[in-house]
Amino acid sequence: MAFPFLWQIIMSLSTNAELQSVVPHFWPSEPQWQNYATVFERLPFLSQLRTSVLITIIRSGAQILLCTLAGYAFARMHFRGRAIALALVLSILMVPSQVYLISQYQIVQGFGWLNTLAGIVAPGLFSAFGTFLMRTAFLNLPTELEEAARLDGASPLRVFWSVMLPLARPSIAVLAITSALWSWNELLWPLVVSTYQEQMPLSAGLATLVSDKSNTDYPVIMAASMLAMAPILILFIILQRRVMDGLAFSGLK
Amino acid sequence: MTRLRPNAPEGARLSARALRAGAEAHARKRDGLWPWLFVIPLLAGIALFYLWPILQTFYYSFTEWGVFGGSTWTGVDNYIRLVSDPDLYSALGNTLLYTGIVLLGIPLAVWLASLLNTPGLRFASFYRVLFFLPYIAMPTAIAMVWRIIFNGDFGILNYLLSLVGIDGPYWVSTPGIAIVAVAVVGLWSSLGFSMIVLGAGLTNISPEYYEAAELDGASPWRQFTSITVPLLTPSIFFVTIITVISSFQLFDLLYAILGSQNPILPKSLSLVYLFYQAGFVTNEKGYAAAIAMVIFVLIGFVTFLQFRFQKKWVSVD
Repeated sequence: MAFPFLWQIIMSLSTNAELQSVVPHFWPSEPQWQNYATVFERLPFLSQLRTSVLITIIRSGAQILLCTLAGYAFARMHFRGRAIALALVLSILMVPSQVYLISQYQIVQGFGWLNTLAGIVAPGLFSAFGTFLMRTAFLNLPTELEEAARLDGASPLRVFWSVMLPLARPSIAVLAITSALWSWNELLWPLVVSTYQEQMPLSAGLATLVSDKSNTDYPVIMAASMLAMAPILILFIILQRRVMDGLAFSGLK
Repeated sequence: MTRLRPNAPEGARLSARALRAGAEAHARKRDGLWPWLFVIPLLAGIALFYLWPILQTFYYSFTEWGVFGGSTWTGVDNYIRLVSDPDLYSALGNTLLYTGIVLLGIPLAVWLASLLNTPGLRFASFYRVLFFLPYIAMPTAIAMVWRIIFNGDFGILNYLLSLVGIDGPYWVSTPGIAIVAVAVVGLWSSLGFSMIVLGAGLTNISPEYYEAAELDGASPWRQFTSITVPLLTPSIFFVTIITVISSFQLFDLLYAILGSQNPILPKSLSLVYLFYQAGFVTNEKGYAAAIAMVIFVLIGFVTFLQFRFQKKWVSVD
C-alpha cells in the first residue's frame, strides 16, 4: 500500500542513471539530495507553492464563512422562498462539474481573471456541499439555547456567532478538511484557467512538467512530486484522527 | 387561508395548516431581513457560478462557435455528431472499464475494513493511516510515481514480473492496457476512503449478532458472510454510488499518468478527457457542452439504476 511512496522517496534520491537501469537499485549508492534543490530550478516551485497555499486558505475560509451563514439561515431562519432557494442549491450537487465548467470559464474570462489567483479561486468560494453539510449540522442542534438567547434580546447575528457557531465546530472541521484537501489537489479547473506556469498551483504545475517530453530527469520529477504532496501529507499525519473521522462522517450523510 | 368548518362559530375553528401558516408568517416577520443577509452572499455566488452556467452550458450545447468567438445556433447538430463520433464510444468504453476495475476495490475494502475492525488489533490506527494516505496524496503527484513504476523499460513492476518469467508490456504506451494501469492506480487510491466509510458502518453493527453466532458455532468466515456483509449493505451501497460517480469523472489520473503528449491518447480518452479536449484544446465549446450534457445524463442514469436495484440487495433496518 505504501510501497509507491517509499519508492518515490528512493527514486528521488537516486541518479537518473540508477533510476533508468533495468535492474532496479533498491537504494541509491549515494543519496542525491541535490535533486530536491534542482526542483526549484525546473519549476517556479515557490510561486506555485504560494498559489496552492493561497488557494487553499482562501477557498476554505470563504466556504466556512459563507456556508455556515447560509446553512444556519436555511436550518433555523424563516424567509420567503427558503424552500426554493434550498432546492436550487442542492440541485447543483446532482450535476457533474463539467456541466458548468465552460460557462464558468467564460465568466472568469469576462472578469479578466484568466491566469490570476482570483480566477482560480472564484467558483470554489461557494459550495453547495458545504451549505448542505452546515444546514444538517445546525438542524441537529437543540433549539433551547437559541430560544434562550433570543429571549435575552440577542440579535440573530449574535445568536449565530456566539451560540450556534461554536456548537457546530465538528462539522466546520469536516468542511475545512474536505475543502482544503480538494483545493490543494484539484487539477482540471486550475489547468484550464491558468496557462502560465508561474500562475499555476502545484497540481497543475506538476502535470505540465510531466507533459513536457524533453524533461526526462526522473529523480527531479520524483523530488518535485514529493515536495508537492508533502504539506498535505504532513498535515494529515498530524490531524489523522480528525481527518478520517471527518471524511467518514461526511460519508454517512 | 382560514378554512372554517361549516357549522362552527366564525373564527373559532382553524385548520392545522392555517395555524402553521400563521406561525410561519410570524417567524418571518420576527426574523426580518436577517435571513437574507445570511444567505445572499452564498446564493449570489451559487447563482452566478453554478446555476447560470448550468443553463448556459445547456444552451451552448445547441450552438457552434466561430473562430473569432460568438456562437451560432445549430440545433441538435452537436448531438448528432456526438452520437456518430467513435471517440465518444471509445471514451465511454474506457470510462466503463476504469469504473469496473475500481469497483472491484469495494469487496476488497469490505474485507480489509472488517479485518481492521477486529477488536484488540495492534497498530490499528497505523494501518488506517497507511491505507488512507493514497487518498490524501495529490493525484498528479502519485500519477508521476506510478508512471515510473509502470515504465516498460526500467519500471519496477516489469522487473518484478520478469522475476516470475512474465514479460511485462509497455503499460503506459499500449492502447488497451493503459486504461487498466490507470484503473489500478484509481483502485489503489480509493481503497482508503472506502475502508473508512465502511469501517464507520461496521461500528453500527451490534456485537450481539456476533456473540450469538459464536454461541451457535459459526466460523469467522460464516460470520463475515452472513452477518457483516448483509448488515453492511447500506454503507456498501453508498460507497458504490460515490465510486461510480467519481470514476465516471476520470480525468486527473489519466492526464497525469499518460501525459498530454502521449501518442495513444486518442484511443485512451475518458469521457471527461474528451470533454476537456473539445472544450479547451480544440476549442469546440459547443461540442464540449454537448459532451458535458451527455456525461450528466449518463451519470444520472447509472445512479438511477443503482437506486432502482437497491431494494434487491440493500438491507433496511
